[in-house]
Amino acid sequence: MPRLVRLHVNGQVHEVFTPPHRTLLELLREDLGLTGTKHGCELGECGACTVLVDGRPILACLALAVEVEGAEILTVEGLGRPGNLHPLQEAFMEVGALQCGYCTPGFLLSAKALLDQNPAPSRQEIHEALSGNLCRCTGYLRIVQAVERAAVKAR
Amino acid sequence: MLRLPPFQYVRPGTLHEAVGILASEGGKAVLMAGGTDLLPRMKHRVAALEVVVAIRALRELRGIWGDPRQGLVIGAASTLAEVCSHPAIRQGYEVLSLAAAQVATPQIRNMGTIGGNLCLDTRCSYYDMPYTWRKAMGFCLKKNGDTCLVAPGSTRCWAVSSSDLAPVLMALDGRVRLVGPRGERVVPVEELYRDDGIRYLNKEPAEILTEVLLPPLDGWKAAYWKVRRRGSFDFPVLSLAVAVRQDEGGHIADARLILGAVRSSPLRVREAEEALRGEKLEPGIMEVVCELASRAARPVENTDFTVLWRKRMVKVFLRRALGTFA
Repeated sequence: MPRLVRLHVNGQVHEVFTPPHRTLLELLREDLGLTGTKHGCELGECGACTVLVDGRPILACLALAVEVEGAEILTVEGLGRPGNLHPLQEAFMEVGALQCGYCTPGFLLSAKALLDQNPAPSRQEIHEALSGNLCRCTGYLRIVQAVERAAVKAR
Repeated sequence: MLRLPPFQYVRPGTLHEAVGILASEGGKAVLMAGGTDLLPRMKHRVAALEVVVAIRALRELRGIWGDPRQGLVIGAASTLAEVCSHPAIRQGYEVLSLAAAQVATPQIRNMGTIGGNLCLDTRCSYYDMPYTWRKAMGFCLKKNGDTCLVAPGSTRCWAVSSSDLAPVLMALDGRVRLVGPRGERVVPVEELYRDDGIRYLNKEPAEILTEVLLPPLDGWKAAYWKVRRRGSFDFPVLSLAVAVRQDEGGHIADARLILGAVRSSPLRVREAEEALRGEKLEPGIMEVVCELASRAARPVENTDFTVLWRKRMVKVFLRRALGTFA
């Protein structure tokens, strides 16, 4: 049976009527039009749908929308806007840390959660924090370099 | 999009209420904590259930208390990330923290729980597949079919126990508290499991795993080794948890040795434990123990890598694991 769900996404409150078997990913993309969060495997294997819930990276494809009610959700749309990009987004562009870009929103949010907790991570810590995100075209070196660059910028 | 089937969602306010719902719904209801094991299976239509009982937020299942001198209590809905980072676990039961850090990915560790990892469904390359794939292949014994596709002559399911934490908690002599309609009981982690890919838990459908209990460390040292294809993110194709208690001269007073991912339940190799008792960790005895453990492991062709290689790796990784105590 559909129920009314109140979600806090990128600082805004949204009220949506949704049946409980809908995932946060479906709700973000299809009801709220926030298509920056990508759907990849939809089984928890690729990390393309990573969003932050109360500052922690989770997979929107394996979270029921009803289960994140009341939590603060951050998607890539809330990270930065054109003209006012997040240091991570700038660093990804400067370093060339993307090709097709499909995995990028997930990487950005995993990296943001890392830098929020640890402003000067080692390369090993970056590898570990990004280990749940797959990239099939750029490879990981530029992505790791971009996170290092953003960490320096933000200091 | 790979969508979930419709279901009724209930979020009980208390543990008592959750048990009541499970008891009244019979086999139609399923528990969900983190959802990271259940929801992919629902998307693949291997778990077809009408009622999802969400228990992650239950107060009775939250929290971690204790220290290595008194023992530890871990609420079953503690996330794997909380288990990794909790100071009492990192300092006192480091092996558990390190093992939890090897489960899945950072995102999944923020969602999945210790109770969920212990109750993780058994896995098989013919079962953890999309509905259309399974239909084309012919359904298997574990879901919709009547033949085991790994061992077609078999009357049982051979799906493999893939929990990282079960072997570790067995090595630490852990117990679990189960609360059901007829009261509660505390059982050793080993007794939670049975070597059957379908009915792999010795747990009534209406029982809820509420807590993991660890005794004081009392001189035990433990190690966990996990074999998988990708170092970043995979279920184990073999795992080893070893705990030993040595006297001052370095002789082993007592030992526990558990293999994961070699059958439908974790395998405690008692003959190898027996062989270790009274011995010093020297090359001769290590060879004997490795041989015993490798002989006890009888994996079947149902996950990544070949069976022979997985069996051979028992010796290689057990030697490495024992080497950490030498």
